This record gives sequence, C-alpha cells and structure tokens, in this order.
Amino acid sequence: MITFMVRRLLLGLFTVWLISMLAFAIIQLPPGDFVDSYIANLAAGGATVSADEANAMRKLYGMGQPIYVQYGKWIVRVIAGDLGESMEWRRPVAEVIGDRIWLTLLLSFAALLVTWSLALPIGIYSAVRQYSLADYVFTLVGFIGIAVPNFLLALIILYTAFRYLGMSVGGLFSAEYALAPWTWDKVKDLAWHLPLPALILALSGTAQLIRIMRANLLDELRKPYVVTARAKGLSEMRTVLKYPVRAALNPFASNIAYLFPYLVSGSIIISIVLGLPTVGPLLVRALIAQDVYLGGAIVLLLGVLTVIGTFISDLVLMWVDPRLRHQLD
Amino acid sequence: MVEPILSEPILSVRGLHTSFAAQEGTVRAVDGVSFNVFEGRTLGVVGESGCGKSVTARSILGIVERPGRVTGGEILLRPGDGGAPVDLLKLSPDAMRKVRGREIGLVFQEPMASFSQYYTIGNQIGEGIRLHLGLDAKAARERAIELLDMVGVPQPSRRVDEYPFQLSGGLRQRVMIAMALSCDPRVLIADEPTTALDVTTQAQILDLLRELQEKKGLAIILITHDMGVIAEMAHDVAVMYLGRAVETGPVRDIFRAPRHPYTRALLRSIPTVLAKPRSRLPTIEGSIPHPFNRPQGCAYHPRCVEIIDDQCRTEEPPEAGPETHRIRCFLHGGHKGAVA
Repeated sequence: MITFMVRRLLLGLFTVWLISMLAFAIIQLPPGDFVDSYIANLAAGGATVSADEANAMRKLYGMGQPIYVQYGKWIVRVIAGDLGESMEWRRPVAEVIGDRIWLTLLLSFAALLVTWSLALPIGIYSAVRQYSLADYVFTLVGFIGIAVPNFLLALIILYTAFRYLGMSVGGLFSAEYALAPWTWDKVKDLAWHLPLPALILALSGTAQLIRIMRANLLDELRKPYVVTARAKGLSEMRTVLKYPVRAALNPFASNIAYLFPYLVSGSIIISIVLGLPTVGPLLVRALIAQDVYLGGAIVLLLGVLTVIGTFISDLVLMWVDPRLRHQLD
Repeated sequence: MVEPILSEPILSVRGLHTSFAAQEGTVRAVDGVSFNVFEGRTLGVVGESGCGKSVTARSILGIVERPGRVTGGEILLRPGDGGAPVDLLKLSPDAMRKVRGREIGLVFQEPMASFSQYYTIGNQIGEGIRLHLGLDAKAARERAIELLDMVGVPQPSRRVDEYPFQLSGGLRQRVMIAMALSCDPRVLIADEPTTALDVTTQAQILDLLRELQEKKGLAIILITHDMGVIAEMAHDVAVMYLGRAVETGPVRDIFRAPRHPYTRALLRSIPTVLAKPRSRLPTIEGSIPHPFNRPQGCAYHPRCVEIIDDQCRTEEPPEAGPETHRIRCFLHGGHKGAVA
C-alpha cells in the first residue's frame, strides 16, 4: 500500500511538470505576445509606441528568446518559489493572486459541501421511493437545474434579492471589508456572503449528482445482499443506509477529483456575474492580455490542485473500498 | 428415512397466494400453496425455474419485493414457548422483523452476491446477533467466531475479520449458513443453497446442513430444482408447478410411487449411471407457459402425457389423496367420469 502511494505521488509530480509545460505552451499559442496586445490597448486609447520601445519591452521580458529558454527560466524561478511578475499589473504574481486562490478553494469547498448535502439525501430518497410524487418533483427540478445555465440562475437570484429583498448580493465581502486586512469581523462578513454564491455554484452539480445517486442506488437496491439484510430482520432504514447506500457511494469518492476542477473552471462566469474575488476572472483577463506569468501561474496552480485532489480521491477510495485495499497488499 | 412424526408442525403454510402486479396483468407467482414443516425434518420444495419456489420462501419471511404482494392464505408459526400458532401475515412490520433472522433463517443461492463486499463477515454475522440477542459488539464477535467454527470454517478467529471476496465459494456458503443460524432460529429456509457450487462442495454443504439439523433439531425448507438433492436430503417433498404444490408427501412415497404426471416426468428426467450409454435423457415435452398465459384448467395439461379428457382443460383439479400424501390431479380424485 505504501509503495502504491509513493508511486502515485511520483506520478503526480510528473503530471504537474507536464501541466507546467502545457500551461506555458498554451498561453503562448495565440498569435502575438503581451507586447502586441499591450500596444494594441494603448493604440485603442490613442497613444503610440515606437518599434524601439516595443523591442526594448520585449527584451526586458526576455521574449526574443526561443520558447524553451523562456520556459526554462520560468520553471526554475517557479521551483524557487518565485512566480514572476505580472506584466499587466506590474506587480508580483503572488501578490496579484493573493487571497484569491484561498477564496476560490473556500468557495469550491463550500459548493461541494452544499452539493453533497443536498444531492445525497435527495438521491437516496428518490431511489427508495422510486416513482413517488416527490421523486417526480425532484426529477423535474433536477432537470431544470441541469438545463438552466448557472449564470442565468445567478442573475435571477441577484435581481430577486436586490429588487424584492433590498439585498446587495455581489462579491464575497461588504464594501468596507473588501480591501481591509483580515480581522475577525471580515471573516464573519465572509461567512455571511458565502452561502449564496456557494448555493448557485452548487446547483447544477447537485442536479447531476441526484441523478447519479438515484441511478446507482436503484442498481444496488436490486442486489441479493439487500434481501440478505432484510432477511436478518434489519429495519428498512438501516438496511438501505448500511448496505446499498454504502455501495452507491463508491463512485462519489472517485469523483472528488473530477468535481474539483469543474468547480474552479465552472465558477468563472458566475464569478464574473457575481463579482466574486476568485481566480477565475483573473485567469480570463490574464489570457486575454497574454500575461504569460500570471496566466501560467494560475493554470499551474489549478493543475497542482487537481493532482492533489486526485491523490486525495485515491486515498478516500482505498479507505472506503476494502476490495481495492486488499488488491494492493 | 424417519417415519412421519405425528406432531404439530413448526411452520404451516395454508393456501398461500402471492401475486405481482405488472402492467400486462397480474402474475400469480404463488397460487395456493400449502405445506407443513416439522421439527428436525426437511421439506424439499422442488420444481422448474419460475414455479414460485423462491417467492414462496420470500413470502414466508415477508420480504417479497414490490410490486409483489402476499394476497391470501396463512403462514402459521408455532411459538417456541408452545403457545398457539401465530399467523405471520397478520403480524405488524415490527413484530415480523423479530421473526426474520431470529425464528426463521434464510440461506441464499449465490453466496457471493448475497454478501456485501464492504463489511467483514464478522460484521455481517454479528449484526443479527446484536439486533436479536442484544449482545454487544465484542460478545457478538465471539459468537460469530463460534458459529464459523461450528460450520467448519478453518481458523475462525482470523477469518472473522476477512471480507467475503477473500473466501472461496464453499467457505462463503458455510459463512452464509453460519449467518442464517446466528440467532438459533427454529426454521431454516435454504433457497438453492448448493446450485452455485461445484459437486464436491455441494456434498459438503448438504452434509453440514444435515449435521446441524441433527444437532439442533432444525426444521429445514430446502428449495431446489435438483431431484438428486431432494432424494439425499428431504424427508417430505412438495412438488411445485406454476405456483401450486401439485404433489406433497413423504419422500419415500413420492420417489417410489409418484402419482402426479408432473412428478413422474421430473423423476424420469434424472440422469442415472445405470442408463444405456448414449441414450437420450427423457425430457418433459413443451415448456413452462408464460405466467401471463396461464393455461385454463389444470395448469399442467398442455404438457401432460396422461391427460384424461376435456375436464383437465377446463377445471382445476382439487386436492385429493390421503392426509400425508396430497395430489392435485384428476387421475387421483375429482374426475367426473371416475368410478371413485
């Protein structure tokens, strides 16, 4: 088991390395570079930049060199803990990203929590009471949840909250805390703002998960071991929760890894709509501006988080599935 | 074989009806089955697939799955303290749960699928013990080890912490029997307990069941499609066809002088080492009718080689014959042209 984990860890590191190369390459893919888009921006504002100035800028950023040299320099610095400087913001990348990565994680985790705590009980209920009125209602609501785009839902909730409840629901902080240093009050303010975006973010995932849980559990409920449990005299509730639900949960453990990047990337539009200070909108801007170091750093960070998520997912799966555990011994 | 004991049966099934409501119509899976089960004796329930054997077992335990429902009859269980028999069909769900696993144990056909792969066998055996006998986790584990030892699982104190997928098929079935017997039930229903096992393991499992029966005075209902298993194990036999018991009686009578044409056909189709090499095994003509197209009259008449006349096609034969050997066939009673 230990060897398995070590192997997984090494594989994870290798994957991160591949991701870093890919991230760097992808950001370089569109024609032109940061200087081009910078000049275009200035030109749109009426200013002009001479060719000399442009070349000086390119040299400053080391852009004349072949791409593998640029990558080499970048990755060496990244390993040393320096993510470089954002060209657009003219500040260190670490500073630009700042709290955003933690807020993103927090929001994703909160959304995951909401997803699971809604989807699992509803999915179980729908399966056990298949074709009941409640099952049909949940199915209908679920399909609407899958079909309606998240950002539309976000807009509707924003509008409703503002128009009828007089609440302002943008962002994760009230105006007075947005730029303030971390204090206990700021945390409380965050806790107050967190549930709504988390819920909006969770909804489509919840709808899908309800369907998955229902289908899994319906499969499991027909298996002979459920009859065994009933024949032992267990109550129906205990029978269902101990045996088929346990088996139906297995795919969920392996899904943690896939859910995670979805929550991060899926939140971009919602973050823009709701004005959330997460990395999603920042990444979009960095990509548009071809801000190589900022964009590269964010893609790399997301990659690392995904790899970590996969690793955790493996551990959880080993913990919940004895067959897997014994296969490895 | 032991002579019939003229005592009160532990379990008495009277006119049991179980039907499944489907969109195409109602399927009467069990359609008026009656039999008695006595202490220390084995009742073999035999018949082709789909004749309602397993549904009968599930009906007794009240675990027929939807859309199935027990629609009539009585299932009388004589309480351990010797009181008046209780009709299981009239018990509340809570009271019925105290019967399952406690008074009546169930052994299934597929030992692999019938265990959950997520819990140790000790956990799965101990569950019923803790529920019905009120032992704590530690005591339940001790008892699980004793039970494993009783059914012949080697190294029980190590095996108790293993998972079902770590055991061989034969061991799994032994564990299944240990689980069914964990609360000392008085009746054991074994639903095709050896079908999924190879022949040598089959013999071992049957030996084990017989040994446990002698030790504990268990009443066993053995459900099988295998006449060989019946010959080896059963004291009494109920032959089922399309949800009905067409012939019930002591195994010796039924094997020596089968009366119902279906029973005779079943017995003819057993392979024997005495048969002439390369001769064809007799088979029963035709196939089991689809449950939605249950034949009029005697359900067996389209396949029957001893059919008398139109009465077989239009009327259902009543139960006839002596008290210990009941037959549902016009050859043996109820026929209008008969001289009685």
